[in-house]
Amino acid sequence: MSTMDHAHGHADDHAHDYHHPHGWRRWLYATNHKDIGTLYLWFSFAMLLTGGVLALGIRAELFMPGLQLFQPEFFNQLTTMHGLIMVFGAIMPAFVGFANWMIPLQIGAADMAFARMNNFSFWLLPPAAILLVTSFLVPGGATAAGWTLYAPLSTQMGIGMDMGIFAMHIMGASSIMGSINIVTTVLNMRAPGMTLMKMPMFAWTWLITAYLLIAVMPVLAGAITMTLTDRHFGTSFFNAAGGGDPVMYQHIFWFFGHPEVYIMILPAFGIVSQIIPAFARKPLFGYESMVYATSSIAILSFIVWAHHMFATGMPVTSQLFFMYATMLIAVPTGVKVFNWIATMWQGSMTFETPMLWAVGFIFVFTMGGFTGLILAITPVDIQLQDTYYVVAHFHYVLVAGSLFALFAGFYYWGPKWTGFMYNETRGKIHFWASLATFNVTFFPMHFLGLAGMPRRYADYAAQFTDFNMIASIGAFGFGLSQVYFLFFVVLPSIRGGEKAADKPWDGAEGLEWTVPSPAPFHTFETPPTFK
Amino acid sequence: MKHAKHLLSSLLMATGLLMSGSSLAVNDMTGGPAVHQLNFQSPVTAIAADIYELHVWMMVICGVIFVAVFGVMFYSILKHRKSVGHKAANFHESTTVEIAWTVVPFIIVILMALPATKTVVAMKDTSNADITIKATGMQWKWGYDYLKGEGEGVAFLSALATPREQVRGEAAKGENYLLEVDHPLVVPVNKKIRIVTTANDVIHAWGVPAFGVKQDAIPGFVRDTWFKAEKIGTYRGNCYELCGKEHAFMPIVVKVVSEQDYATWVVQQKTAMASSSDDPNKTWAVADLAARGEKVYAANCVACHQATGKGVPGAFPALDGSQVVNGMQDGQIAIMLNGKNAMPAWKATLSDTEIAAVITYTRNSWNNKASDNIVQPAEVLAARK
Repeated sequence: MSTMDHAHGHADDHAHDYHHPHGWRRWLYATNHKDIGTLYLWFSFAMLLTGGVLALGIRAELFMPGLQLFQPEFFNQLTTMHGLIMVFGAIMPAFVGFANWMIPLQIGAADMAFARMNNFSFWLLPPAAILLVTSFLVPGGATAAGWTLYAPLSTQMGIGMDMGIFAMHIMGASSIMGSINIVTTVLNMRAPGMTLMKMPMFAWTWLITAYLLIAVMPVLAGAITMTLTDRHFGTSFFNAAGGGDPVMYQHIFWFFGHPEVYIMILPAFGIVSQIIPAFARKPLFGYESMVYATSSIAILSFIVWAHHMFATGMPVTSQLFFMYATMLIAVPTGVKVFNWIATMWQGSMTFETPMLWAVGFIFVFTMGGFTGLILAITPVDIQLQDTYYVVAHFHYVLVAGSLFALFAGFYYWGPKWTGFMYNETRGKIHFWASLATFNVTFFPMHFLGLAGMPRRYADYAAQFTDFNMIASIGAFGFGLSQVYFLFFVVLPSIRGGEKAADKPWDGAEGLEWTVPSPAPFHTFETPPTFK
Repeated sequence: MKHAKHLLSSLLMATGLLMSGSSLAVNDMTGGPAVHQLNFQSPVTAIAADIYELHVWMMVICGVIFVAVFGVMFYSILKHRKSVGHKAANFHESTTVEIAWTVVPFIIVILMALPATKTVVAMKDTSNADITIKATGMQWKWGYDYLKGEGEGVAFLSALATPREQVRGEAAKGENYLLEVDHPLVVPVNKKIRIVTTANDVIHAWGVPAFGVKQDAIPGFVRDTWFKAEKIGTYRGNCYELCGKEHAFMPIVVKVVSEQDYATWVVQQKTAMASSSDDPNKTWAVADLAARGEKVYAANCVACHQATGKGVPGAFPALDGSQVVNGMQDGQIAIMLNGKNAMPAWKATLSDTEIAAVITYTRNSWNNKASDNIVQPAEVLAARK
């Protein structure tokens, strides 16, 4: 909590110009965690809008039965690329952006441990994104095998598939390097006095997420490399005619894929765990328990992967094991929800926009959790596998979960980044519009799935029309809400507005609130003492 | 532009209809989804009924938890807010409470898992089936082979029967749009039917919601599942694993009939198979063979190569003016038998006569006037070796 930083920071700017480049060099050669965080956030938002446009294409085609807009092979490209872009281009980089901005500030470090590797981690992403998106333009178009890229369908795809594989290799490398950076930073660069069990929850959840990433990204790399060699170099990993096994692809992919979805939600838990106590003006309930629950979720996430494969024909014992293990994850997740509510209980709450998003998260993410529990029951999953029920489930946890938490974090920490308060009324409009349109879009999908409508279908039986129409209308509304967010909340809050105090939220705690808003280019050049 | 105009008018009409309260005059489908269906389709097997009950049990438990947890949360939101003057307490941990809300959910989870275990085991028991049928997933239709039990030897392909004009919006959609086939699976009521699944190309999945059945169909591997339908009727299902461009267009229709009707059907099938099995040594005239080929083309080729033979530039080659079609026979026979890239191999799906017929059709259609304008079934048979 050194007051030296304040004056020091300003003087620094002028005295050490070589530490603070300007123009395009500032961004291309960025080694400052704040700048790199900003780069990640803008990149991920651009990918969110791109993936969103693809989703609107899907929902436009599905507005009514019949094929009105697209050929089915292109429709399959849309569904595949929507998934790949959102997972690898939007959600994951957004959380890394938050990690870059906030972890050094929260632990009192001057920057990340490996500043140049940090630059490389980011700058790998735009070329990867270009490779992925331009795959639409090559003969045969983008890969159309679903974001899960199952073999042997993946063998039938054109060169767009190979572009997608290389893009994912590059993004995977970026994630692994970023995670190494985060682990090293958190373990080595905390301010004196900040033991692990006094560290902010956001830093904890990212520490655990980083370990998950290091463990499973190489597994994905393995799966897609085997797909590449099956496609071009005569191997038969997943080709039965050559002695291979298509189901092995699924095992390898989902061994990555299941921890991946926890990678996408744990940092969200961290953000929510910062916001609720701040706006309840009460410490987080059960801090230790939250740390253990997060760790349990992470460990359990490694032993449940085959719940994505209940219909592949695995033996009874395996089905039972994976059913039990998957249901078990509900327990620590429930513990977290209860701890958040216990934090709110007997607090003195106000509901500024960050708190609206955080409470909204708890409500809607938990609904997604319930449908996940229902899907965990193998016999029920057999009916619901590959139907719209699954689509509803994962959009509830990824959109109403991860994305809502990202928005919450933007509103919460945004003033620290920009130095300006966002417009509170507009923030609330963004929240309520998103919450409403999100539910209009995805709630009917539960019914569609129960009634048997399969997913990844370009056309459907006429009986499914009404719920599809409602979902499509909601989707366009949700998309519009995010455009509103960009033009009416984000851009204005960067350009001006009410000046933000060092600590705009009176209930907030943490080292990040001891530096001015906007945070100076260099902070904590001398480590603060933390009690 | 035409599509956009079409969409705009559909949009306006649909919104108008939605507002007017009538859904597009669509009725519930027999054996398929109902309009505005909110739950599983009516179960027709004991397993499906079990699954239905399991789901009800889950919904009840989740519903109770939902009401309790969010009751507490919304109460707190209303009462524990600064604007009504509530002051914040300072407590922030309690080991007792943490243990309680770990143990209780753990017990609840066990209560959910117990009945589910029974059903999992029952679903896996495919032993002692009365009839065994192999369902082969192909891009993009199903093949059924009755392997064991009454009806053994019957085999046929089952493809989507909905005309493409309905899909393109050029004709009104029929009653069983996208859930009708040319040759449904027929089984007797109250008999245990074992379905063995496999595939010819990529992973498909055979699923019928009313039976509570879904099983992946994996190329090169054999899986199985079973059902015992307890009600006579027609039941509809889908392919439930992404399998390429026509994934939405390879449905499943199962007719559950009385034992007598089943016996009659078996006799009919066997007679039809015997009479229509084409003699590969027959010598055909061009006109006849091309006419036969036109039917084969409409059922199998039109989705990619289009009725105009012009294909889809960049994706599916044009046959009209194609070098392969107008050139040496061997080349076209080879591609038909073995496939190439996205084009499936037809050697397992089409007979020699059908392959010869469709080759002959393409060589004499559109602007093609191949000098070698007929391929006899015997030549296709020879090429298989």
